Amino acid sequence: MAYTEEELKKELETQEYAYGFYTDIEADTLPIGLNEDIVRAISKKKNEPEWMTEWRLEAFRAWEQMEEPDWANVHYEKPDFQSISYYSAPKKKPQYESLDEVDPELLDTFNKLGISIDEQKKLTGVAVDIVMDSVSVATTFKKTLAEKGIIFCSISEAIKEHSELVKKYLGTVVPQKDNFYAALNSAVFSDGSFCYIPKGVRCPMELSTYFRINQAGTGQFERTLVIADESSYVSYLEGCTAPMRDENQLHAAVVELIALDDAEIKYSTVQNWFPGGKDGKGGVFNFVTKRGLCEKNAKISWTQVETGSAVTWKYPSCILKGDNSIGEFYSIAVTNNYQQADTGTKMIHLGNNTRSTIISKGISAGKSQNSYRGLVQVGSRAANARNFSQCDSLLMGNNCGAHTFPYIEAKNKTAQIEHEATTSKIGEDQIFYCNQRGIDTEKAIALIVNGFSKEVLNKLPMEFAVEAQKLLEISLEGSVG
Amino acid sequence: MLKIENLHASIEDKEILKGLGIEVKPGEVHAIMGPNGAGKSTLSSVIAGREEYEVTEGSIEFEGEDINELEADERAHKGIFMSFQYPVEIPGISVTNFIKTAINSNRKAQGLEDMPANEMLKKIKEKAALLDIDMKFLSRSLNEGFSGGEKKRNEIFQMAMLEPKLAILDETDSGLDIDALKIVANGVNKLKSADNAVIVITHYQRLLDYIVPDFVHVLFDGKIVKSGTKELALELEAKGYDWIKQEVTA
Repeated sequence: MAYTEEELKKELETQEYAYGFYTDIEADTLPIGLNEDIVRAISKKKNEPEWMTEWRLEAFRAWEQMEEPDWANVHYEKPDFQSISYYSAPKKKPQYESLDEVDPELLDTFNKLGISIDEQKKLTGVAVDIVMDSVSVATTFKKTLAEKGIIFCSISEAIKEHSELVKKYLGTVVPQKDNFYAALNSAVFSDGSFCYIPKGVRCPMELSTYFRINQAGTGQFERTLVIADESSYVSYLEGCTAPMRDENQLHAAVVELIALDDAEIKYSTVQNWFPGGKDGKGGVFNFVTKRGLCEKNAKISWTQVETGSAVTWKYPSCILKGDNSIGEFYSIAVTNNYQQADTGTKMIHLGNNTRSTIISKGISAGKSQNSYRGLVQVGSRAANARNFSQCDSLLMGNNCGAHTFPYIEAKNKTAQIEHEATTSKIGEDQIFYCNQRGIDTEKAIALIVNGFSKEVLNKLPMEFAVEAQKLLEISLEGSVG
Repeated sequence: MLKIENLHASIEDKEILKGLGIEVKPGEVHAIMGPNGAGKSTLSSVIAGREEYEVTEGSIEFEGEDINELEADERAHKGIFMSFQYPVEIPGISVTNFIKTAINSNRKAQGLEDMPANEMLKKIKEKAALLDIDMKFLSRSLNEGFSGGEKKRNEIFQMAMLEPKLAILDETDSGLDIDALKIVANGVNKLKSADNAVIVITHYQRLLDYIVPDFVHVLFDGKIVKSGTKELALELEAKGYDWIKQEVTA
């Protein structure tokens, strides 16, 4: 293949979404629009207790008074929240004991995604809780986890079976009224995952959830709550792919992490929502609120590989409340064609001797816009806080943009905050050099991108890192499967 | 092995090579010398298949096949290697990872499976020893923060790993001190065989003290204006390029 910058750009623009297909499974969908009755109906459909219904209604009432934020460096047509259906569940809600009972079409979908349950089951050490169109339809390895006292189930189940834990922690890190999308999520969340690791327990396997959006016109509102009790450890993996769709799909998830004293949570995400066509049509709007709370000596690491969505608005954050707590954020965000991403993190230092690290890698191609937005805040009583931030941008072609918005607010004189930023471009020289060694251009780009992203890829669990590398290649090359 | 006839090549509509011809047979070492701006680097880029250069006339044959329409990576698969005057950096990719990718890309083009890891490791150790390369060096990011000497040594290391049929050394001596020059030249000499060929492109004679050419060609204004044996290089060293210029323009 020949590679002038022009051709390279063209090649990048002509790639199509590899996972574009639609599964025809009967679904049970509520009428479009949102009001108190709909919120009540959702709660009722899920057989929730009264307190949960009230909690949702509180959130809904707050949301009604709120405005959709517009400070991010993204431009899109705002969704009409009254033309969305807020609940969609596969009708054949199963209680499977074995895979044979699962709708074959559903299994086929997983096969197309290359994440078949079959495969996943064989992957020792990985328990999969698959969220298909908002409702959990399969959970594996539950028994092994139960022996350690670990709870890993859908949030709906947790609301019923472990209501004391949910009641105690839900909304404590991301309050109902936190922001427009969080409020909306609190009112209408359909399902999501719940995880509790008891005191002193080290979760023996990576916990993994695959999310998909599958029903035309339904927004997906996931709710995830992870609680690591004192001195416990858990590594949680979240991955997504979505089918091709013409209209925009709204995704407004909320993830809350709670790391109690001496606990550690590692939360890794590979996100591949449909990014829209090469003409900028369609694609998922991904407005996510992710936040973790660290108590004394606790540690939370967010690692994310973001390749999808038409518009991304996402800032996985850490509140370093306890003394000596640690927050980390490692991110790779890839944008191509007309994708827009405004992503980053907030590190809120409240305790003494708190430390945070931010490594952000943005890769822009096509006509996309990629922004890093980060806040490092040191409270007046947080002595000896440390932060190190590094934001690197890689540009491909001349029509994309990379932006960095680092905010620093230090109210304590003992704080030490470092920020480094670089911008580079994949050069024809680099491509030619690789070509001359017999490496074709697609592979050369993959190599350069992988090298650029290495520090973050290294933070992912092994099997996820492989998938993430594959995704980077798919997102940036003409190699359509 | 390589046969170039009446080669005309331009970049951005500016003609640099103006009817160049050269023939290289297996087992031979050719030196191409010439003043700055004569077209030395253009020649190596054109043989390697760099896109920016357009061949407007003439032919390049490699092992009897016209390669003018082939892409750079396809030419590499056929056994053409070029040691860069200015090797590029690829941050985050180790020397080992890079050479592994290159070797397996070439094997794939030949319809072979990836080279087994133990075989790869053995080869790396062997070639690193040949060029007096520390194993620690191999884990560093490709060319990132390398000294001039390290970059050139790394080029020859890759050449040793890829075992090309034709190696073009583009100004390999530039930026090298005498010790590094000896190591690099020594490496090239050890890799020479009756089946492969080397083209040394250089401004100065000094590299040719160590890599002794069978033929020396003088490139001037896009053409080979004089060919001879290694004595010609010494003559150029002694007299400079001016007398060539006068001879050509006379």
